[in-house]
Formats: sequence, C-alpha cells, structure tokens
Amino acid sequence: MASLHDYLLVSGLLFAIGLAGVVLRRNIIVVFMCLELMLSAANLTLVAFSRFKGLNGLPDYNGQMLVFFVITVAAAEVAVGLAIIVALYRSRQTINTEDLTSMRG
Amino acid sequence: MPVYLFWFFALVMLFGGVAVVALRNPVASALSMVASFVGLSGLFIGLNAFFVGIIQILVYAGAIMVLFIFIIMLLDLKTEEKRAPKLAPLLGGLGIVLAFTIQLIGILSKSPNIKAEPLDLAAGAAYYAERSPGISTKLAEGHLPDVNLIGETLFRGYNLPLQIVGVLLLVSTVGVVVLSKRQTT
Repeated sequence: MASLHDYLLVSGLLFAIGLAGVVLRRNIIVVFMCLELMLSAANLTLVAFSRFKGLNGLPDYNGQMLVFFVITVAAAEVAVGLAIIVALYRSRQTINTEDLTSMRG
Repeated sequence: MPVYLFWFFALVMLFGGVAVVALRNPVASALSMVASFVGLSGLFIGLNAFFVGIIQILVYAGAIMVLFIFIIMLLDLKTEEKRAPKLAPLLGGLGIVLAFTIQLIGILSKSPNIKAEPLDLAAGAAYYAERSPGISTKLAEGHLPDVNLIGETLFRGYNLPLQIVGVLLLVSTVGVVVLSKRQTT
C-alpha cells in the first residue's frame, strides 16, 4: 500500500493545479471548477489522515465527517455561485473576468 | 490497494486536473473534471473509505458536474477566443504554484513517513461491543461496515453540525431562487 507521503504529495499537486487554474483562467465557470478541485484535494488529505492514523484499529471516522461537511458546503457554494454567474451573464452578457471591470480601481 | 493501482488512479486524477486548466472549451473542462473525480474516488476506495468514494461519484461527478454542464449549455458559451495571455499574471500564477510545490516537497521530505497499518477489526469490535452491537457483530465477522460506522459517528457525535448543515442547504436553496428570479418591477 502506498505510504502517507504519496497521498499527501498527490493531494498537494492537485491543490496546486487548482490554484493555477484559479489564478490563470479567465472563464469564471472554469475558475469555479478549479475551486472544486482544491476542495477535493483537501478532502483527499482528510481521508488519508483518517486512514493512516487509525482509532481503535479502524479508520478515524471523525476525519471523514469533515469530508461530508466540506462536500455539503461545496454543493451549496456551487448552487449559489452558478446562480450568481447566470445573473451576471444576464446583466453583462459576459463571464470573462477581464471584462468585468466596474470595480477596478 | 496495490501501489500500481494507487499510481494509476493518482495519474488519472492529476491528468484530469491538468486538462481542466489547459483545455479551452468549457465543456471539455467539465468532462475532464469528471475523469479527475473518478480517479479521486478510486483513491478514496483504496483508503478503505468506501462510502466517501461512492458519494464523490454520486454527488460530485453526478450532480454537481451536471449542474456545471447545464449552466455552460444554458449560457451557450463558445470556446474562448485566443487572447494573448498577459505575461505578468502568467508568471505570477506559475510562481505561486511553483513556490507551493517546493514548500510541499520540503515539508514532506522532513516529516516522518507513515506506512498504513492493517485494520484491526477485532479491536474495533471490542470498542463497539457496548455502544452498538450490530456494528460489533459485523466487525467480528470480518467485514468493515463503513456506512454503519459513518452513520454512528455522524448521528452520535455530529448531530448539531448535521442540522446546521441542513439549515445551510435550505438557505442556499432560497438564495438561488431569489437570485434567479427575474426582476419584474
């Protein structure tokens, strides 16, 4: 079985990919998907620690509880965020972050 | 899970993630994200977290990605036209990512590397013998009742957070309805 470092490395790389997407992409929907990637990387870390630092011979299920809450919050965030994007598209006809400049100083 | 399966799923996940960032067409990004989540779910199952793996596919790859694709189709987005990428954000973004990765490798090289111990189902059975006899029986038979254990922990230890999360979902539903209602005034 792979060791804890392998899981943490893979999860960190996934987080870095998501971070790169959030910084580099201009399409706001893709930025949202990259946020989901970062949350998933955090979930992988939680589950890996839950398995590798067991409790009473079983995985530590307290870690997996946090995964459920993260998934729930991510789902709520996606629903609200996509509604905001649709409202934005209706009023501005664009979802490119470079064209949304009304708050630029 | 054998090591080669771990690397297979990890590579599926990472290539999916890279494709999300690299592909220009938003629909292609969304579909490669589904691939990434399938790989992630394989990793979860390799960590004995069966229920989380299934939920990852059902909720993320099923529900949330369908929502994304639906919105992409609804807005009728074209492939982004080739704009010349500005140099400063590109260098800044890649610099942040590179610094993050170097820090990660530095921390991992100094922290102790733990190998997974095999699950000790008998100890778990003894622990759950009084609290939950059904779980204890299944553990003593040599099965890992993942869903039962998650339900036990969720409803015994995390009852209040669970209800607060329910309120959160209700609030977000109401928020979505308010946001997407057409202003008629």
